[in-house]
Amino acid sequence: MSIEVKNVSKHFGSFTALAGVSLKVESGRLTALLGPSGSGKTTLLRIIAGLEFPDASDDRAAGRVLFHGEDVSDVPVGRRGVGFVFQHYALFRHMTVAQNIAFGLTVRPRSERPNAKVIAGRVEELLQLMQLGGLGGRLPDQLSGGQRQRVALARALAVQPKVLLLDEPFGALDAQVRKDLRRWLRSLHEKIHVTTVFVTHDQEEALELADEVVVMNHAKIEQSGAPQTVYDRPASPFVIEFLGNVNRMAALAGKPNATGKDVLYVRPHDVDIQRGQAGEHSLLARVLHVFSAGSYGRISLQRTDNGEAFEAEIARDRLLDLDLQQGEVVSVLFRHVRLFPKGQLYEADVTNGQLSETAPGYRPAHGSGEHI
Amino acid sequence: MAGNVSTLVYVAKHRQRRSLKDPLWVRVLLIGAALLFVGLFLLVPMASVFAEGLKKGWGAYFAAFRDPDALAAIRLTLLTAGIAVPLNLVFGLAASWAIAKFEFRGKALLISLIELPFAVSPVVSGLVYVLLFGAQGWWGPYLPSGEHPWLGSWLNGQDIQVIFAVPGIVLATIFVTFPFVARELIPIMQVRGNDEEYAALTLGANGWQTFFRVTLPNVKWGLFYGVILCNARAMGEFGAVSVVSGHIRGLTNTMPLHVEILYNEYNIQAAFAVASLLTLLALVTLVLKNLVEWRHRRVLEAATASTTRQFIS
Amino acid sequence: MSLLRPQRSALPGFGLSLGITVAYLSLIVLLPLSAVFVKAAGFSPVEFWQAVTSPRVLASYRLTFGASFLAALANVPAGVILAWVLIRYDFPGRRIVDALVDLPFALPTAVAGIALTAIYAKNGWLGQWLEPAGFKVAYTWIGVWVALTFVGLPFVVRTVQPVLEELEPELEEAAATLGATRGQTFWRVMFPALRPAIITGFALAFARAVGEYGSVVFISGNMPLKTEITPLLIITKLEQYDYRGATALAVVLLVGSFTLLLLIQLFQRRTRGARA
Repeated sequence: MSIEVKNVSKHFGSFTALAGVSLKVESGRLTALLGPSGSGKTTLLRIIAGLEFPDASDDRAAGRVLFHGEDVSDVPVGRRGVGFVFQHYALFRHMTVAQNIAFGLTVRPRSERPNAKVIAGRVEELLQLMQLGGLGGRLPDQLSGGQRQRVALARALAVQPKVLLLDEPFGALDAQVRKDLRRWLRSLHEKIHVTTVFVTHDQEEALELADEVVVMNHAKIEQSGAPQTVYDRPASPFVIEFLGNVNRMAALAGKPNATGKDVLYVRPHDVDIQRGQAGEHSLLARVLHVFSAGSYGRISLQRTDNGEAFEAEIARDRLLDLDLQQGEVVSVLFRHVRLFPKGQLYEADVTNGQLSETAPGYRPAHGSGEHI
Repeated sequence: MAGNVSTLVYVAKHRQRRSLKDPLWVRVLLIGAALLFVGLFLLVPMASVFAEGLKKGWGAYFAAFRDPDALAAIRLTLLTAGIAVPLNLVFGLAASWAIAKFEFRGKALLISLIELPFAVSPVVSGLVYVLLFGAQGWWGPYLPSGEHPWLGSWLNGQDIQVIFAVPGIVLATIFVTFPFVARELIPIMQVRGNDEEYAALTLGANGWQTFFRVTLPNVKWGLFYGVILCNARAMGEFGAVSVVSGHIRGLTNTMPLHVEILYNEYNIQAAFAVASLLTLLALVTLVLKNLVEWRHRRVLEAATASTTRQFIS
Repeated sequence: MSLLRPQRSALPGFGLSLGITVAYLSLIVLLPLSAVFVKAAGFSPVEFWQAVTSPRVLASYRLTFGASFLAALANVPAGVILAWVLIRYDFPGRRIVDALVDLPFALPTAVAGIALTAIYAKNGWLGQWLEPAGFKVAYTWIGVWVALTFVGLPFVVRTVQPVLEELEPELEEAAATLGATRGQTFWRVMFPALRPAIITGFALAFARAVGEYGSVVFISGNMPLKTEITPLLIITKLEQYDYRGATALAVVLLVGSFTLLLLIQLFQRRTRGARA
């Protein structure tokens, strides 16, 4: 079941939660809505579910939600066939785990309701699938956070939804449980293949788990695409800063190692350090601090020309070879840089001392073209 | 951050969640039922007090207050509240300090005991003082011989009359209004915790300075809230005071008792005129109470709004 | 940690504040209340039994506890609807209605008593319509019920209101996404969450009504065996210098309301325990 959202806007009082957002989610995919707090991602998820409604618009094509090409904008939440997992689970406290899971089946009109035996079987099946065997008689308050999360998921899946929507599914869990559940959710998705959209503010979670990442900021979609694409070819300063570590410094488009009015972005692992002259595209920097943890070393540096500080990450072997001393001046080469002069994208790669540029105006595939 | 600006906005807009909105006919029906109930049980009785009081015009209305007995009743009511409220205020502060700031066994029991007067019928609240102090009172001489209530003879030896006199009225009033201030303050102080007091101590403040400059300003609204409720009950108490007063006109009649006497003498209009004054007192109490609640709520909402702004920026 | 001795604390003033608390509590509340029980202990069991089971007394229990129960019961649906309307809907005058709910707390009971009597008397605003229709309120047990309903009105509203306000909307949304109707959502998701508050409010209203005096004596008519409530009977006995009879009845009322209070506390502890 594919999902399509067409030109949706939403205001809460004077606050703009969504400003004309369009989105298409292919059937069977696992999609992440990624963004900082207040970027509109939860609102978008709730509009897809039918818990929230887009602002009314004169344009009748705007503000629509389609499931598999069918307009469901006016279908009430209970009949949209969505499974929704709430951030804090919203489990019914006075019901057992089994009663929680069965709820969606037991509230159906008598004519459509499966008999008690079928419901019990379905509940048992889900308890097994969620690795909750034997916990059916417990109350939600007697479960751990991870278990509650899985009960919430089981409850949402019990009604066999066409679409599964999760709001910050791991937000309320501690780091280790988060990682385990993430892997487990991925494998669950491989098993049941229901179209799934989840909201997260954690870029690592989005990149590791999703087939497709939709990066949101300030009520708009900044970029959407496969995790690798979004990470390697960020389409805007926001995306590059939001996903992973990045150095930003003053530069000039077309001459990355010069100081200028543009802002240059370079990932720490794209910074290469050498002794002596390293060609015309390099610059000089002083070593401030060297720290080595695990497979790579992290070096704090300061440019000698304008005093800007930045970081480099290099392989541990290379770090040992270089044997950097604090205060030493070294040559630095940026292997891959990005600039966004006047809202356009400019990329440059330096390989074997050769600078290759990508012309301004270039837009990566799956770029931000879908937002208005 | 797991928190989310939209979540906060939703909380603020609880009433506007459209997916949870009840159909119009349900809303109209429920609001209608609620208004009917409130109107029938609260508004109509209140309006009738003023209507009956003004039945014979403003002249008769004010005449009810020129009666010396009415003036004496007003004076006694003010005096009673003037003694009972400050005493219960001091007690409330002491009790909440001991209970909220320290951990000790027997605390739960102590809290229950403080709330006890709320569970006692006003009539019984008065009766207990008659049993204690009533030896030589009006009923005293008629007591079967051989019974010596605990303190009565000693007190009367000192020539102090308690029952059917002002002290009994004050004691009974203190009893029924006993929990009000403490009950408001204890939870507020418990929620606040002790950190600010500890901070004051590390900065060199002594115990009283800590109490007056840190603790008291923190709980002043809760204190005010407790005091206005305590005062309303002190001025309006009827059952307990009725038992101990003896109904001596001009001497041991409070306003509610004066209302009763006038009513029983079929001086209905004057009874309602005096009652309207008590109703005004109740209305002022409600207004003050709501102002405190409203102010408290605004502080909360301001805190929420500033976090919202933080999230947006 | 021994009784009334605190864990060591950096804060001063424990001895003073606890001293004032215990001394004042003992003098004002505990000592006077115990006088009732000490005096009652001096009665012979037969004497006590006769005092608390005479036909007139039994009739007063029936009226007091029966009307109190029915009044508290009436306050359950009314209180839940009021709390619901005040929390969920916006309508003109909502704030005023919210404030008015506390009127029975703030209005002196004697005033409420004469006002209700005036309304429901034969020539009163409502009585003039109700009595010709054969519905006599003032000076009957129905009048007692009306007064006790008035007195207990705030309890259910004020216990349910905060619970309803803090009930996460996500619970209702979860039920909605699972296909439940509004009715199903209320009865199966919200009502169970509100139930402890409703029961507490009911019990508080009941306890308050059992001891109520001022608002009832005017409207009840005080006919022995018919419309005489137990608190009034205590006063009648006092006025007849029957201290023993009055004390015995006071013991019954006290035991009744203390039992209720205890049950409420146990119930609240249990529901809190289940939540923790």
